[in-house]
Amino acid sequence: MSWGESRTITLTVNGTSYTREVEVRFHLADVLRHELGLTGTHLGCEHGVCGACTVLINGRSARSCLMLAVQADGAEITTIEGIADIDGPHAGGLHPLQEAFREFHGLQCGFCTPGMLTTLIELLRDNPAPTEEEVRIAISGNLCRCTGYQGIVDAALATAKNLREATAPA
Amino acid sequence: MTGQIGARHPRLEDGPLLRGLGRFLDDIPAPGALHAAFVRSPHPNAAIERIDPSAALALPGVRAVVTLDDLRPHLARTRMPLGFRSSKLPPTVTASVLADGEVAFVGQAIAIVLAETRHLAEDGVAAVSIDYTTRPALVDCRDALLPNPPMVRADHPHAVVARFALGYGDTDAAFANAACVVHENLFQHRGGAHPIEPRGILARYDHAEENLSVWSSTQMPHELFYMACEVLGLDENRLKLATPEVGGGFGAKYAVYPEELAIIATARMLRREVKWVEDRREHFIGSIQERDQYWDVSLALDADGRIRGLRGSLIHDQGAYTMQDVNVAYNAGTAVAGPYLVPAFHLDIVAVQTNKTPVLTVRGAGYPQACFTMERLMDAAAARLGMDRAALRRHNLVPPEKMPYEKPLKARSGAPIWYDCGDYPACQDELLEAADWNGFAARQQVARAAGKYRGIGIAHGVKGTGRGPFESALVRVMPSGRVSVFTGAAVMGQGLATALAQVCADQLGVSPEKISVIAGDTRTITLGLGGFGSRQLVMAGSSVQLAAKAVAVKLRKMASHMIEADENDLVLTDGFVHVIGTPPAAGKTIGDIANVLRGSPGAGLPADIEPGSDAHVNFRSDQLAYANVCHIAEVEVDPETGGVDIIAYTAMQDSGVLINPLIVDGQVHGSIAHGIGNALFEWMGYDADGQPVTTNLADYLLAGATDVPRMRTLYRQTPSPLNPLGAKGVGEVSTVPVAAAIISAIEHALAPFGAHLAQAPISPAQILATLQAGGAAHGPA
Repeated sequence: MSWGESRTITLTVNGTSYTREVEVRFHLADVLRHELGLTGTHLGCEHGVCGACTVLINGRSARSCLMLAVQADGAEITTIEGIADIDGPHAGGLHPLQEAFREFHGLQCGFCTPGMLTTLIELLRDNPAPTEEEVRIAISGNLCRCTGYQGIVDAALATAKNLREATAPA
Repeated sequence: MTGQIGARHPRLEDGPLLRGLGRFLDDIPAPGALHAAFVRSPHPNAAIERIDPSAALALPGVRAVVTLDDLRPHLARTRMPLGFRSSKLPPTVTASVLADGEVAFVGQAIAIVLAETRHLAEDGVAAVSIDYTTRPALVDCRDALLPNPPMVRADHPHAVVARFALGYGDTDAAFANAACVVHENLFQHRGGAHPIEPRGILARYDHAEENLSVWSSTQMPHELFYMACEVLGLDENRLKLATPEVGGGFGAKYAVYPEELAIIATARMLRREVKWVEDRREHFIGSIQERDQYWDVSLALDADGRIRGLRGSLIHDQGAYTMQDVNVAYNAGTAVAGPYLVPAFHLDIVAVQTNKTPVLTVRGAGYPQACFTMERLMDAAAARLGMDRAALRRHNLVPPEKMPYEKPLKARSGAPIWYDCGDYPACQDELLEAADWNGFAARQQVARAAGKYRGIGIAHGVKGTGRGPFESALVRVMPSGRVSVFTGAAVMGQGLATALAQVCADQLGVSPEKISVIAGDTRTITLGLGGFGSRQLVMAGSSVQLAAKAVAVKLRKMASHMIEADENDLVLTDGFVHVIGTPPAAGKTIGDIANVLRGSPGAGLPADIEPGSDAHVNFRSDQLAYANVCHIAEVEVDPETGGVDIIAYTAMQDSGVLINPLIVDGQVHGSIAHGIGNALFEWMGYDADGQPVTTNLADYLLAGATDVPRMRTLYRQTPSPLNPLGAKGVGEVSTVPVAAAIISAIEHALAPFGAHLAQAPISPAQILATLQAGGAAHGPA
């Protein structure tokens, strides 16, 4: 049900195209979560600090709570639900970064995890061999109250190493 | 599958969470729900003269505006019960389900706007018109003790909530002839809990069954269930309550809030589905905080550094209402002497009302403040006596030969504070070695040559864990061969389901993946206390172990009839009950045995068999299992900016037998990060009028990935004699000494400037101010 001014937009989310009429005041996270049912993207602060709502828009990380849905019209969006398919399919059905989060205990309650994964996917694409400090800086805009970040950092460093080894010329 | 205890088993919870398929409160489909937004007080202290919802009701999509007067006919009582039914506080210390004629803090819920969407509900909130008569606010808790302080509220017009003294021994004698007396005036502040998922509740009215199904992001589902039944006057059979995935708690969800009962009552009154999800600003003003404590304390020692006595006073900010009891102040007061032998102790405590958000326990629950107090005194004493800080501590630690060691104080249960086991000096020795305490002077010299001021700090903590009186577990083997564990414990992101599955798997000879843990659902188990006090693995884990053990006995007994073997010759392996020494598959599957035990019409069961393949245990303990920690922080401080870099952090913890060290590491890391926030960042500010000034995560800082160093964790595992697992709690323990260790290290780094630090948290600006006040801003003395 729509009460305010609305517009029709088309988003490609995780490879699927969606056309929806949305209120112009809805932020992208509202539409992902409540119109498309992709509730893996979480809202922790709705003012752009905690980073839990981070998604990839045309390959770049962005806060879906700070962006109006109408601004994403025509964009290609990747959310946590689509990460497993990036550069895949992968054995076990999870992206290596997701596997590493499990192995290194990079998540506890899991609420910040969608933003951590999307942010680190972008980092590993831009910088296949990050230092620990570079990993920490990359996620410095993502708050986690559970892990103290160490498991997350270890998961990212291990993934980078594994991906480098997997793509290194024999 | 035996060998589960101590296994670094990856978590069972992770799969859905990593795929974005976890189901948190706001993820539960509720297509027909009305969305709630609260009208909250903008004033810290005011009488409500009139509430006019007409403009809100005229907005499109707004369906109702609900006040306490609307709910009154649907409530058995309008005032919240005290969370601790053992409390001796008067009933007027609690709040009403919605404001009853007055408001006493910014953020107090006054009315609910219900609309087709949350956006529309928030539009409605802005349109509700309320006339107030404002009153002066009591903001600084110390002002409550002045003559004629401002009245915090009319329905409980007493500045003091509770005044009590704790102590033992003769402190006057201890101080009279002491060779060394040190004194500290300390300000301590802990902010909010700030789980990344805020609170939320969904209440669904079922017209067919005329009952309510409720999901809440809470640490205490059973408490919410029973309290909702009491306040709404509900037949307990008319309410079902469950927790979805909970995105962290840290104390914020360890209480039943007025908002929760208001939403349940509204759903029942309107016979509609109603959903409310707290936003971050609401969490800042509407969820509990720990906030301010002022300590005035002295420590008396002999010339050789032996503690003779500790005495002083504590003023504690309780906020506008009391939700459970003065538990933060009580914990802090009883814990202050911590791991040390303190022969005489006296502390006067006063908890006072202020026109601020109610205070309740945040991860650590008063123990970090106790630790900071004691460790500041120890540092001061070491400086006065010219002793090494670690040596002074070691001199006074409760030695292992005195274990178990009873402090002449009582925990809230009435049981004595009784340190069950542990080797505190050995923990310190191992930690000093790991952190190279003795090599610090050389590192400091190198840093100084590079123009940096480096310091090192040490702090000990002791934390009561495994709080009782009991926790429930029901273990049932299903005909499918899977095992269900039902418990009143609350899963809130710690990995408890995995740990409980490991405990159960160890007894039943199945892999943890075969076990489903269903926690915090009142439909599956009638009793439960929930998640607090670092208790759940200790209490629910013990119940699970005992119940699973009983189920194994039942399975073996039934199998002995099915395969004609003596039950004492049977073992459980890989999902089979079989004769020891034979292949498992030669026996019977536990599913087949469960299928017989569930009964079949008219089929006889052997006479010695009790039907069913389950067992229910409520493991009891009033005695806390005391875990101990010792941390060393090494920092560099920039005396020009006041900036602090944590260079190294080493943590030793003894939490008894560790069930899953992978999960324990994560808990310790998270605890330390929380403590770093309490040392350096987390300040919930109010201005002089009582308006909160830090209501977003840009003004109120949590420790980020670049603020938290790589942490090194060490463990000793002294089995606790208090429970069959030998376990002690983990989740809060390593938060306890962090602020003390870091601020000790900062002070040490700034020793050349004569700095003395007496507060937590401390910001760069406050560090500079301290240096300036000491006349030391322009260089080392």
